Amino acid sequence: MRVPIGWLAEYVDVPAGTSVEDLDTAFVRLGLEVEEIHRPEEVTGPLVVGKVLEIEELTQFKKPIRYCQVDVGEESPRGIVCGARNFVVGDTVVVALPGAVLPGGFAIAARTTYDHVSDGMICSVRELGVGEDHAGILVLGADGSDVPPPGTPAGPVVGLEDVVIELAVTPDRGYCLSMRGIAREMGTGLAAPWRDPGALTPPAWSGEPAWPVTVADPERCDRFSMLAMEGLDPTAPSPWWMRRRLAQAGVRSISLAVDVTNYVMLELGQPMHAFDRDAVTGPIAVRLAREGEKLTTLDGSVRSLSTDDLLITDDTGPIGLAAVMGGASTEIGDATTSVLLEAAHWEPTGVARTARRHRLPSEAAKRFERGVDPEMTVVALARAAELLAEYGGAQVVGGVVDIDTRAPRPSIPLDAARPAQVSGVAYTGAQVVELLEAVGCDVDATSSPLAVTPPSWRPDLTDPADLVEEVVRLAGYDDIPSVLPTAPPGRGLTDVQRRRRSIGRTLAEAGYVEAPSYPFVGTPALDALNLAEDDDRRQVVLVRNPLSEEEPALRTTLLPGLLASLARNLSRGQRDVALFEHGAVFPGGVRTSAPLPGVDGRPDDETLAALLGAVPAQPWHVAVALAGNREPRGWWGQGRPAVWADAVQAARLVAAASGVELTVRAGDRAPWHPGRCAELLVGDTVVGYAGELHPRVCAALELPARTSVMELDVDALPAAEVPVGPPISAFPPVLLDLAFQVDESVPSALVQEAITAGGGDLLERVRLFDVYAGPPLDAGTRSLAFALTLRAPDRTLTGEEAAAVRAAVVTAVADRGLGVLRG
Amino acid sequence: MSGANDPYDPKQVAALSPEALDDAVTAAQKAFADAGDLEALAAVRPAHLGDRAPVLLARRELGALPPAARSDAGKRVNAARVAVTDAYAARLAELEAERDARALAEERVDVTLPWDRTPRGARHPLTTLTDRIADIFVGMGYEVADGPELEAEWLNFDALNIGRDHPARTMMDTFFVAPEDSGLVLRTHTSPVQARTMLSRTPPIYVVAPGRVYRTDELDATHTPVFHQVEGLAVDRGLTMAHLRGTLDHLARSLFGADAITRWRPSYFPFTEPSAEFDVWFPEHRDGPRWVEWGGCGMVNPRVLVACGIDPEEYSGFAFGMGIERALQFRSGVGDMRDIVEGDVRFTTSFGVEQ
Repeated sequence: MRVPIGWLAEYVDVPAGTSVEDLDTAFVRLGLEVEEIHRPEEVTGPLVVGKVLEIEELTQFKKPIRYCQVDVGEESPRGIVCGARNFVVGDTVVVALPGAVLPGGFAIAARTTYDHVSDGMICSVRELGVGEDHAGILVLGADGSDVPPPGTPAGPVVGLEDVVIELAVTPDRGYCLSMRGIAREMGTGLAAPWRDPGALTPPAWSGEPAWPVTVADPERCDRFSMLAMEGLDPTAPSPWWMRRRLAQAGVRSISLAVDVTNYVMLELGQPMHAFDRDAVTGPIAVRLAREGEKLTTLDGSVRSLSTDDLLITDDTGPIGLAAVMGGASTEIGDATTSVLLEAAHWEPTGVARTARRHRLPSEAAKRFERGVDPEMTVVALARAAELLAEYGGAQVVGGVVDIDTRAPRPSIPLDAARPAQVSGVAYTGAQVVELLEAVGCDVDATSSPLAVTPPSWRPDLTDPADLVEEVVRLAGYDDIPSVLPTAPPGRGLTDVQRRRRSIGRTLAEAGYVEAPSYPFVGTPALDALNLAEDDDRRQVVLVRNPLSEEEPALRTTLLPGLLASLARNLSRGQRDVALFEHGAVFPGGVRTSAPLPGVDGRPDDETLAALLGAVPAQPWHVAVALAGNREPRGWWGQGRPAVWADAVQAARLVAAASGVELTVRAGDRAPWHPGRCAELLVGDTVVGYAGELHPRVCAALELPARTSVMELDVDALPAAEVPVGPPISAFPPVLLDLAFQVDESVPSALVQEAITAGGGDLLERVRLFDVYAGPPLDAGTRSLAFALTLRAPDRTLTGEEAAAVRAAVVTAVADRGLGVLRG
Repeated sequence: MSGANDPYDPKQVAALSPEALDDAVTAAQKAFADAGDLEALAAVRPAHLGDRAPVLLARRELGALPPAARSDAGKRVNAARVAVTDAYAARLAELEAERDARALAEERVDVTLPWDRTPRGARHPLTTLTDRIADIFVGMGYEVADGPELEAEWLNFDALNIGRDHPARTMMDTFFVAPEDSGLVLRTHTSPVQARTMLSRTPPIYVVAPGRVYRTDELDATHTPVFHQVEGLAVDRGLTMAHLRGTLDHLARSLFGADAITRWRPSYFPFTEPSAEFDVWFPEHRDGPRWVEWGGCGMVNPRVLVACGIDPEEYSGFAFGMGIERALQFRSGVGDMRDIVEGDVRFTTSFGVEQ
């Protein structure tokens, strides 16, 4: 809502010395967020009202030029050359005299042009910086109209000094989408006297009602009012002040009849519509649309109507989408002389549905959705009639139509102590009553609890809590003290929360940089990962209104986003990048719909279970991606390229950070290289994969060869067990190095497993320290060398004991058919 | 050599004369001082401290002295011996120190050489800031609650008093999920965790719920369709707006310094009544101390308590929420939202491994 301060001052006696900043503060304190303050462009020097006395047409030039004599309130008129043609003798215009500087630093001086001395300039709206309209010069009024005399400083007349404050109005405060509502708020906020522009008593029109009208759906329309006018001069322009205010409010000027309805809407908050009366055929009925009905709206769109759309109809069918937009067939045209003015009160949620269905968030719909004062329909008609009579010569014919089926508004019981209980500020009962009355409530202070009837313009006030807010808001939020409550003792983070933190820290310490990405993916991203047609990661959840049609789905794997982040970093000149991401993924598949129970109480257990059950599980994954060097080259020597093993190690780090033991075996899954893919298990459960990307995937994603990734389902990891401290032996160890010759297909993990099994309790630690293939080993075999630490908890091992363990280990490896000890 | 009872012969014991001893000491000191390194020192040692060295020979002559003279001479000999020994030890220490210093000097390295063999990683500043905020609340006794990002529409809207056709619902710019009757949305705020918490716990409830939320805004310098909020909820007997303010002030001080406080502006959220938006006074702002818009708060709307099965006559609650991106932007002077969301390692690593 854009509030011109000059307009506001018409209703509120703004205290002298109040600055724009003071107003800004007052609005904010009232809960009306100031979005922007629009200050007009500066005009300096003499700018005056002038009256055109003579026009001499100069025809000897390429384009028609006028040389005008203009009375600017001086002894003799000034001669001014002008290229515009949209004015006649007698019109009142705005003249910039020599010495004036218009917006953009445009300095006016007396100069010779088209063989005449031009002693000033007749200004257009655009030259004054008050609008975009440059069709011609600004005519303030024709001869005989109510305009200031020549010589009057033109700045205030044009509205040049008028600052516009743009407010963001929250959806509960529909009444603040009008000058009337803003005036009420500011009157209270500034503690200044103010006048209600809605406090107008409509004249007692007499005669037959303006038009036969029936309202078939009083639930959706509880008040419908109409007034007819004739004799409208279709050429009569809207007065400058009205056009100026509409422009300030961001509304385009169209014609007097349309401008008046828009102006009254801004003034009183009551949206109106003007029909060309001669285009309306037969009685008007307000009813729901029928199957298959169509309406061409004012914007030229043909709209297929829903049976939930409320219409204004005549014998020809729909002539207006109620509360949202008028129809083209009854639009006010260049020749319209008789009009039917309509002002009604529509049920907000129905308006919201229609506006959303037809994507028509019109000014009218915006107001009706948020609540309009139903008392204003006839007042608005009277105000519009007054303006059309004054500026368009139209006369009211017949009486008013006013179909009013409103139910009386119930009062709300409010314990006078409640505002204090909620806010922690000790308001007195008298204060509570006074503040509610300032809102416009009717308060029965004799009853206990108080009986509070909210004003007609505040449909948002329905509960005691709403009234409490009004009291606290008007008294001022600054009064609320600051008291820290004492919460009962908490249990700290849950194991799951601690685990997620631990994983993030561990990976960061290992050199991975966290790169959270948007969870939106498209089929091409899944194709690039080489996923098979039946891969479960292709079962996606689709977003109905995605930001990009290319990425309509939610991720089922972290890899697309993470690899895109990797590619972005590489494209920005990084060479060695190690990234991680952890977050939810969204597996698709068949689901039941989530129910939408009522809100009058807690849903029953069955409904609640269905509701929570319909929300799919969203497992928490962690992934890493590496490209370039894992260790950079430096003065110490060459760098070490990141390889598949780094990705597997990242999984081991995650497992260690999670307090679980990970086992690794060869796997085969897209998007990994089939020979360089590790399947990650905890117990018998596969929890993820790690290794090098398939070369085709690297090519498709334009990633460096050998890019390696890991992805693991953190939620699939079992809970960590409480660690048991091992006995620490202080006796000396026996160190053994054993090398086995094994077939190259034998995984080292199996050999190590056999060693561990064979070593028994005396084997404290075993670690693979060398892998070798080549002469003198047989082709197709390799040597795996392990370092064993043997130690007893209670004694120094003897040579015999150590030899026995060694023999057992060798036997275990041989018995499992894995390999033989190298001689 | 003179025996103990031999007659005293001054000639025989010339070695014991003070002059002779002084000469011996002086000669030793000079020899040691002249020794330029440990080898030279070792080479001259026998001449001055060996078995045949003058001070040791003199000691043997003591027995030749008459008992009356013995004590006096003994003291002199001892003093001379100690002087020579000390001179040797001092020179030895000096030369060893020189040798060690030389050896260490030869091992000198350029300690400014970089050793970034192990690259540094980092958690994202959104993560660390979220954890920091959560920890402040955990310190106050709150627990951290989680909820899904793909959420039931009823929990995201209806339970929070945002009816089907409420303007606030359309203003939320929601991502809807197929099929049309799925009843699911990408949550537009962390507030559904409020509802989940109230449906699953009984008061007193003190929880904070950080998480990722979604709105259909295009990414630009100030907007992102995917962002993070922290939601707080307290439901207990006798909670007032004063308690809400106390909580937010405490958070502000913990995060932005001892001078930080909050300021409230009346606002509207369907799930709180009264509602406010709050600003925080941030003394360390890079453009100077100022109020910064941060979040929304209010007393839980009794209608929400009812929908979640809590008696509003017995309990009251407050709730608040704020954007983590926003906090990161002003706390760390981040001008462009895109830097936060693009995953550029230069941005993230600049915040360090841990904050």
